Amino acid sequence: MRKVVRGFYAVAYSVKLCKPNVICAYPITPQTEISENLAEMYANGELENCKYITAESEFEAASILVGASATGARTFTATCSQGLILMSEVLINAAGMRLPIVIVNTNRALSAPLSIWNDLQDSMLLRDSGIIQIYVEDNQEVHEMIPQAYKIAESTMFPTMICMDGFKLTHAYEPIDLLDQETVDGFLPPYEPPIKLSIDEPLTFGAYAPPHCYMEFRYKMHKDMLNAKNKIEDVFKEWGEIRRDWGGLIEFKEGKTVLVSLGSLVGTMKEVAKEMGLGYLKVRTYRPFPYDEIREALKDCDNVVVFDRAVSFGYEGVLTIDIRNALYGESPNVYSFIVGLGGRDVPKEVMEDCVSKVLSGRAERYRFEGLKDFEEVTY
Amino acid sequence: MFFGKGHSACYGCPLPIAVRNVLEALDGRCFVVNPTGCLEVTSSQYGRSAWGVPYIHSTFENAPSVASGISYALEVLGRENEGYVVVFAGDGATADIGVGYLSSMLHRNDNVLYICLDNEAYQNTGNQQSSQTFLGASTTTTPAGRVIPGKTLRRKDMIAFALAHGTPYVATSSIAFPRDLRRKAKRAVEFVGSKYIHVHCPCPTGWHFDPSKTVEVARLAYETALFPIVEFEYGRLVRVKKIKRRKPVEEYLKVQGRFRHLFKHPEGGRIISELQRIANENAMRFGLD
Ligand SMILES: Cc1ncc(C[n+]2csc(CCOP(=O)(O)OP(=O)(O)O)c2C)c(N)n1
Ligand SMILES: [Mg+2]
Repeated sequence: MRKVVRGFYAVAYSVKLCKPNVICAYPITPQTEISENLAEMYANGELENCKYITAESEFEAASILVGASATGARTFTATCSQGLILMSEVLINAAGMRLPIVIVNTNRALSAPLSIWNDLQDSMLLRDSGIIQIYVEDNQEVHEMIPQAYKIAESTMFPTMICMDGFKLTHAYEPIDLLDQETVDGFLPPYEPPIKLSIDEPLTFGAYAPPHCYMEFRYKMHKDMLNAKNKIEDVFKEWGEIRRDWGGLIEFKEGKTVLVSLGSLVGTMKEVAKEMGLGYLKVRTYRPFPYDEIREALKDCDNVVVFDRAVSFGYEGVLTIDIRNALYGESPNVYSFIVGLGGRDVPKEVMEDCVSKVLSGRAERYRFEGLKDFEEVTY
Repeated sequence: MFFGKGHSACYGCPLPIAVRNVLEALDGRCFVVNPTGCLEVTSSQYGRSAWGVPYIHSTFENAPSVASGISYALEVLGRENEGYVVVFAGDGATADIGVGYLSSMLHRNDNVLYICLDNEAYQNTGNQQSSQTFLGASTTTTPAGRVIPGKTLRRKDMIAFALAHGTPYVATSSIAFPRDLRRKAKRAVEFVGSKYIHVHCPCPTGWHFDPSKTVEVARLAYETALFPIVEFEYGRLVRVKKIKRRKPVEEYLKVQGRFRHLFKHPEGGRIISELQRIANENAMRFGLD
């Protein structure tokens, strides 16, 4: 069924089709409408076998899901920005406990200064948390990614976070080919946890580990996260067969100069690449990081132009750090453009300007693009 | 065994006494949630867990929420008759860092038995004060110094806190009275919704008394009315443990290193009389004499 809906509805509707058992979230712009839509479905009796819980903070929402997930429930939450970082102690804990919680993060800038607008600083901050991160380009992709995220989470036993750009996607109207229950049921079986809290088989969850065994847990986590790449690809492939092929861990089009980005910026990036006859690379799965795929794709090109929307203060753009590392020992020049922080618009012209700087040899290793003149205070 | 095998609590630790009695009273049909703290660290080491019941530790502050999540999951998965959801949490986890989450759990009246094991400080990290530390107690963050005579603030009233949320069952108990604790655990789970039991757990290591005296110290706290033993159902006081011959607070204070300075410090007399006033107030408020 094709329907013009807003991003948050595309999410909520898909979540409903995945039949979660416990949903718990806390309002924060621009996520709020996802949880409101789910609350409405709950109030109308449309969520079978499901409890929708109002929490008093994101930290609590995540904690409730830890208990529910460990008991064998399929769980869902959505958040962003201050909410995501407030959740982070719990989510990192859930990753270590290998609980397959599914999270939608509606990417939003971090405070201070306070901003409700979009960039990727929030989810990028959780890069090293043991949470799978998948970035989507548009609302059709997020709609179809939700069942896939459950399958990924439940086959890898990692929390899985879908990152969608706040406002740019959440509040955008788009015609969406809505999934139906039959398709989702055929693809996503009910959650059968390998272990759970139960009286018959009492287990200790969240044990503490002294130096003689802690490291093995973390090694195992890392190894499984690397192996998750294959599982994610399998899930993507399976989805491609029953529904639509969105590509693998990356989407790549060759070129001498290749533009790289993730999230909704990819739409603009593809346009620019097409008009200027360049290649592009869309990073779909950010953790686990598709190191081999990216290296293979980019190693023979001349220029790699990364559009970053998160900064590692005191170093450079966050995605760029990873791209450079993937290309270690290879010859492409990698340029980083930090754009769009706190919702600053990134029109095609800005990207084109970045590219022409690169092509005319005027680009630096990294640069903030689209800055206005301002009066600097010195400390 | 529901709890005990291989735990590494200190000599004289009151926590295993409380845990064992509650689990036995409930026949081990418990999903235990335990925040970071002494009990967790001494019982949940990987490969040598002391728990014979399903157990989860997540963080220091979120035990109430994790418990809520378990209780919702059991309900929605049709497993609500499998067992009770029971939190064993320290006073710091309960009254300080996790108090907001406890409030939220009580507000939703989630079907959880919450047991606070009150050893009146952050013992796991070496006896730092909590909001449950008594006035005058010397802890590592409220040390008795030449000027300041230990803790200067009064205790946060967690019973009033639990009652203020309309919690159906609220009680206090003490490891000095295992029968009382067992009865209350059993009584508590007859109520649907949230149940809160605050259990006094004197800590020989942090309070500086001989590990053979744990029960004796707990008993003195009750006999001086510094720790009243009470029981509320639907907000109504239904029972108190009366004190036959109430003792002056000095009898409780003088057996513990953490209060020793009160008998020498220029401010000590004032604090002792304030503690006596609190004890008298408890006795009046609950009709303990
Ligand atoms: C967020 C966070 N802050 C601080 C700590 C350190 N910490 C661990 S246990 C603890 C104190 C526990 O006190 P309490 O809840 O009273 O339990 P007890 O050990 O006294 O039984 C502290 C401060 C932590 N683990 N997590
Ligand atoms: Mg304590």
